[in-house]
Amino acid sequence: MTGDMPLIAFEHVEKSFDGGGDGRSVRAVNDVSFAVAKGELLVIVGGSGSGKTTLLRLANRLITADRGVIRIEGEDISGSDPVALRRRIGTVFQSGALFPHLSVAGNIGITPKLLGWSKAAVAARVDELLALVQLDAAQYRDRFPHELSGGQRQRVGVARALAAKPAIVLMDEPFGALDPLTRDALGAQFRALHDRLGLTTMMITHDITEALLLADRIAVMREGRILAQGTPADLAGSDDGYVNDMLQTPRRQAARLQALLPRGAA
Amino acid sequence: MSVLQDPRWAEALAHLPDYLGSHVRVSLAALALGLLVSLPLAIVSRRRPLLRTTLLGFASVVQTVPGLALLALFYPLLLALAALSLSWFGTGFSAFGFLPAVLALALYSMLPVLRNTITGLDGIDPVLIEAAQGVGMTPRQSLLMVELPLALPVMMAGIRTAAVWVIGTATLSTPIGQTSLGNYIFAGLQTQNWVLVLFGCAAAAVLALAVDQLLALIERGLTQRSRLRIAAGSLGLVALLAATLAPSLAQPGTRYVVGAKTFTEQYVLSALIAQRLRDAGLSVTSREGLGSSVIYDALAAGDIDVYVDYSGTLWANQFHHKEIKPRAELLAELTAELARSNVTLLGELGFANAYALVMPRARAEALGIHSIADLAQHASTLSIAGDYEFFSRPEWAGLRAAYGLAFRSQRTLQPDFMYAAVASGEVDVIAGYTSDGLIAKYDLVVLDDPKQAIPPYDAVVLIAPRRADDAALRAALTPLLGRIDIAAMREANLRAAGGDGATTPDAVARWLWQRIAPR
Ligand SMILES: Nc1ncnc2c1ncn2[C@@H]1O[C@H](COP(=O)(O)OP(=O)(O)OP(=O)(O)O)[C@@H](O)[C@H]1O
Ligand SMILES: [Mg+2]
Repeated sequence: MTGDMPLIAFEHVEKSFDGGGDGRSVRAVNDVSFAVAKGELLVIVGGSGSGKTTLLRLANRLITADRGVIRIEGEDISGSDPVALRRRIGTVFQSGALFPHLSVAGNIGITPKLLGWSKAAVAARVDELLALVQLDAAQYRDRFPHELSGGQRQRVGVARALAAKPAIVLMDEPFGALDPLTRDALGAQFRALHDRLGLTTMMITHDITEALLLADRIAVMREGRILAQGTPADLAGSDDGYVNDMLQTPRRQAARLQALLPRGAA
Repeated sequence: MSVLQDPRWAEALAHLPDYLGSHVRVSLAALALGLLVSLPLAIVSRRRPLLRTTLLGFASVVQTVPGLALLALFYPLLLALAALSLSWFGTGFSAFGFLPAVLALALYSMLPVLRNTITGLDGIDPVLIEAAQGVGMTPRQSLLMVELPLALPVMMAGIRTAAVWVIGTATLSTPIGQTSLGNYIFAGLQTQNWVLVLFGCAAAAVLALAVDQLLALIERGLTQRSRLRIAAGSLGLVALLAATLAPSLAQPGTRYVVGAKTFTEQYVLSALIAQRLRDAGLSVTSREGLGSSVIYDALAAGDIDVYVDYSGTLWANQFHHKEIKPRAELLAELTAELARSNVTLLGELGFANAYALVMPRARAEALGIHSIADLAQHASTLSIAGDYEFFSRPEWAGLRAAYGLAFRSQRTLQPDFMYAAVASGEVDVIAGYTSDGLIAKYDLVVLDDPKQAIPPYDAVVLIAPRRADDAALRAALTPLLGRIDIAAMREANLRAAGGDGATTPDAVARWLWQRIAPR
């Protein structure tokens, strides 16, 4: 593996779904190319239905591309075993998707268990991860998902993705449905983890502020296409109206807040 | 006498270990088989809409077949299979009792298990199935580690329904030779012993309720992820099974099995035979309430050892003869024919239970009717009633042809009501049974059949092939031969229909033995 090879690379990838009742097919991902370098955190933003989740599902082969090539660690995944691939990649799902019949420990330890780790090794790893996502192991290890708050569940979701020490992490709105304070804290904590563990991360969000604060680079999606990608600074100078509009959103909101809260508390 | 001191309770209780144990065994086997078949089928069909529709449709259709009919259908089917297996592989199997009951009940249990397993698997959030894939599970691991555990509460509800259905329907396996709590119900209905009927119903209901509640406990444990509940429910089930199965498993192996068909006289005679065998120091069990078409095959196959049948029935139904022969000739030929199947006709008991034309004595005398020939001259002004099958039987065709009988009207009545109907003048003549006790009770008269149009129906004792040379059995039963005349049998039948504590088949059989025993 050469040092500068991207760990995730999409080359002209296309994916269509059979449309609902009308028989038309929906092109969810349309001629998408991008790359995520080792250690990089790429955030994909875009409106609802723009194809973000589809992109992520393509990356761990939950679905297969109609056209184009997807490489993970340089290897074309269409030729690799999808089960082994998924065990190498950590995934945080859009809705958390913890298994309701498994305890916190059962959820976090699932991929190591599938990989055949010893019981003791799995248990040690679970405690290590709980510490990493700042949950008290003794208190939470044996709880079931329905006994956790939304934020705690999101943390467990992140811990589960990291359990088998993957180099690559895919995250689909990992901090959605949380109050702004928790969301902000979790985001920052993850960014710190990402740097500490040297992960390569592809994160999806609709929250531009979050994207701007966390990302090394941002890709903006609309109707299946990537309109623009680059560092936040690069994108600020984009000549695409939609991208500009989108990136201006936080600033516009801040201005409105400024007007509403005259003491400048926001 | 208080209700609880009724001796029939004690008699019912004495049978409980045997009946309950057999009931639990057949239900358990059926449920296990049903699960073994339906669970994989449901899992396989979960992503195959066509297969799923077919399966659910088939199971629903099975469900609409009445339980009794389903059980009855399996018997001839297995009989044919057993014959086939005997001719192909040299070994047959018993198509009687346990096997057909288990198969039919297992089929019956399939619908709720199939439906709930499919529904349960369908109801899983697709996000979780994708998550299972996403964390690196193979389809098999996803099924075992995520989908089945999540569907389990719904599946358990189906298993519960199936268990209750099977336990309830198992009471209907008595007529095909499987001992069950239904033995109480069938015997009780026949001998108008409501204590037995009640006892059987209550026992089956309590068993079903207990199993249902224990399974419910496990189900709740599964939904609430409470290990304690799951363990308590499972422990309760195991204890229940052990308690019901242990006594019946402890019974001795070599036993003589006495069969009885589904009417009062048969219950009395099988009780009498059982008492004789017990007195001779032999160990005995009874298989009562067997269907008329089942019982002979059961004897020939060695599933029962001895029972009483009627010469005309065997002649027409078993050997399919159309012509009717005089009594002695028919008996001789029948004995020879039975011997060819290695079945021993030990001898006649001394009475016949044939169809007969019966009318009130006073009316017959007033009209000057003694025989069916006399009746024929008045028939155009008279009405006749018979049981459900009489008017389609060869006897009726034979009678009409022989005597030129043409009645004003004919109708079908339930056997129990026929006698009262003719006694009260509602009908003029009935086709009754010669050994029925009600003939004496209502002062009716049996009309002679000078042309012998009705075949003889002598009660005969049949012995299974494997007991053919059993001297102890023969010695115990020989004292019965030729000793039960029609008057004795009629009175015994009348007593057995009395419906109180002194009239259980056992008690009547003891009375009958007192009356006929050689002194
Ligand atoms: N399995 C599928 N079958 C049919 N259409 C699908 C399927 N999955 C996604 N689509 C369609 O593809 C398009 C992109 O969907 P996708 O889930 O990638 O959007 P998204 O950007 O993740 O949206 P959101 O922000 O709301 O999660 C949508 O129009 C969606 O309806
Ligand atoms: Mg999405």
